[in-house]
Amino acid sequence: MTASPRVRARRRLAAFRITVFVVLGAFFVVPLLSMASFSVRVPARGRTLDYWKQLGENPELRSAIVTSLELAALTVALMLVLLVPTMVWVRLRVPGLSRIVEFLCLLPLTIPAIVLVVGLEGVYAWVTYFFGDSSLTLTFAYTVLVLPYAYRSIDAGLASIDVVTLSEAARSLGASWFTVIVRIIVPNIGSALLSAAFISVALVLGEFTIASLLNYENLQVVINLLGKSDAQTAVAASLASLLFAFVLLVLLSFVGRRSSRRVTATVAPAPATSTTTPREA
Amino acid sequence: MVTTSATRTGLEVRLDELRRSFGGVPALDGLSLTLGQGELVALLGPSGCGKTTALRIVAGLDEPDSGRVVVDGDDVTTLPASKRDMGMVFQAYSLFPHMTAQQNVEFGLKLRGQDGGQRRTRSIEMLELVGLSDQKDKFASQMSGGQQQRVALARALAIEPSVLLLDEPLSALDAKVRAQLRDEIRRVQLEVGTTTLFVTHDQEEALAIADRVGVMNRGRLEQLDAPEVLYSRPASAFVAGFVGLMNRVPTTVTGGTADVLGSRVGTLDGSIAEGQGDALVRPEQLTVAAAPGATSTVVHLSFLGSYSRITIRQAGGVELLAQVPAATVSDLTVGTAVTVSLLARTVLVASSDA
Repeated sequence: MTASPRVRARRRLAAFRITVFVVLGAFFVVPLLSMASFSVRVPARGRTLDYWKQLGENPELRSAIVTSLELAALTVALMLVLLVPTMVWVRLRVPGLSRIVEFLCLLPLTIPAIVLVVGLEGVYAWVTYFFGDSSLTLTFAYTVLVLPYAYRSIDAGLASIDVVTLSEAARSLGASWFTVIVRIIVPNIGSALLSAAFISVALVLGEFTIASLLNYENLQVVINLLGKSDAQTAVAASLASLLFAFVLLVLLSFVGRRSSRRVTATVAPAPATSTTTPREA
Repeated sequence: MVTTSATRTGLEVRLDELRRSFGGVPALDGLSLTLGQGELVALLGPSGCGKTTALRIVAGLDEPDSGRVVVDGDDVTTLPASKRDMGMVFQAYSLFPHMTAQQNVEFGLKLRGQDGGQRRTRSIEMLELVGLSDQKDKFASQMSGGQQQRVALARALAIEPSVLLLDEPLSALDAKVRAQLRDEIRRVQLEVGTTTLFVTHDQEEALAIADRVGVMNRGRLEQLDAPEVLYSRPASAFVAGFVGLMNRVPTTVTGGTADVLGSRVGTLDGSIAEGQGDALVRPEQLTVAAAPGATSTVVHLSFLGSYSRITIRQAGGVELLAQVPAATVSDLTVGTAVTVSLLARTVLVASSDA
């Protein structure tokens, strides 16, 4: 018995989908598998996890991982403290300034990292004078770097709720401006803030250009140095940071989905592709 | 039923010569108004007349260029919204989406430092007042528009506000829910006794629930009166035209009387003293009777249940709208020659260009 044209069309579509899935999947997975394979292979000795163990044991690498994680946390904190009240204030009190704020926040996207570094060098002479030469001072540069992505994400969150009415309702019930932001606005744009935070973490963990050119050490700089003497460990560290970023993005999509189920407000997730930007920079 | 703690005598609210302009365009032009204790005053007017601006100034969400807002003798003009102790229900749905109905109602109480037990008791009490205690665990997204506005009302009343401000709270609802909630707002307001300022552009809403209705035009109060007075004795052509349907019948005033549709009637305060003008006549103040050979004819007839609306064209081309009991005009059809007479003994006569 032969299948009907409709069933045949459905089968053809299914086959097409599987083919696309396999080809695109292979495009992403094969390099990762190659990295994984390379990071556990020792010529003439077979396979070993020694290079992965090095991630915890190599003091320079361990210190770089800690520094990058601290940088990520500080960048997220500074970005949220600067951006959330500013954006809420602009929406509530000076909506006419929104275009200017948007332009300023998106500006770092248009400036190549190398140009940014030339400008930052002069600024960092003062930063070093006031805050010392710790790698953590990169927080200031990274906060500027993550602004475009964080702005987009938070802006989408704020657009999904009626900020003006909710704020006025809270104010009429006796809430101060601080209470309005912390207890009304922030909980309602939670997934947008998480999205902004995750994207910022992924950006900071992958950032190389600014740290390297300003002579600071972070994870990517150390991986680069390590690659010259111990390629397998460097690849293991790269793969680990990539996987960490993937986990963050997966978490991000789950967080967004769960919170949109609870409240009416839905927040568009930040563009996932942006995580690759610093590596390209 | 609300407990004694929830019940409180309303406070007197006075608006003194409020002025506010936006970009040089006056939104409020010397608005003065006093709300008595526990009174519900509705501000009615077309879009842009300044009614919402007035309400926002009372709430502390906007500042006047000049003038004062006085509550119970205290000048609160410069107090921020958070310190004014006023409950407000907004036109847009304003429940906090991340909180349940009960948490929404508890929010203002929490800010006032009430402990958990007190808050829960009070919030349930308020939700019962608006008939939604069974919905206390629902989020805004799980409630209908009418339910959300009722929770918003409960939330505004929970803090025992000195004044309740209602900014077109029914305008986003469908007609049936709007009528139900309108009556409910009045019931709750009478039960709680809070002085209430209600802003609306819907005259039916304003006339149905307010103790007094203020009609606003271009930032000024044209008339503030009880609904029946406003309707039967409008103080200006604008009020007459804005509240209810109105015919303009050309007439001449002489010696305090006017000849309208063949009847000589008195003129109301606010009418022109002498000369030609338009008598403002409500459709229900007209009677219509078939009269073969008469110069007026029926051009449109709408049956609306217990009454009918008839459009009549007079010999001079002037059209009149009459509203009469349906049973009295069963013999009329489009084209029937009719006579139109006036039932009222006094009318407002405005100048023709007013």
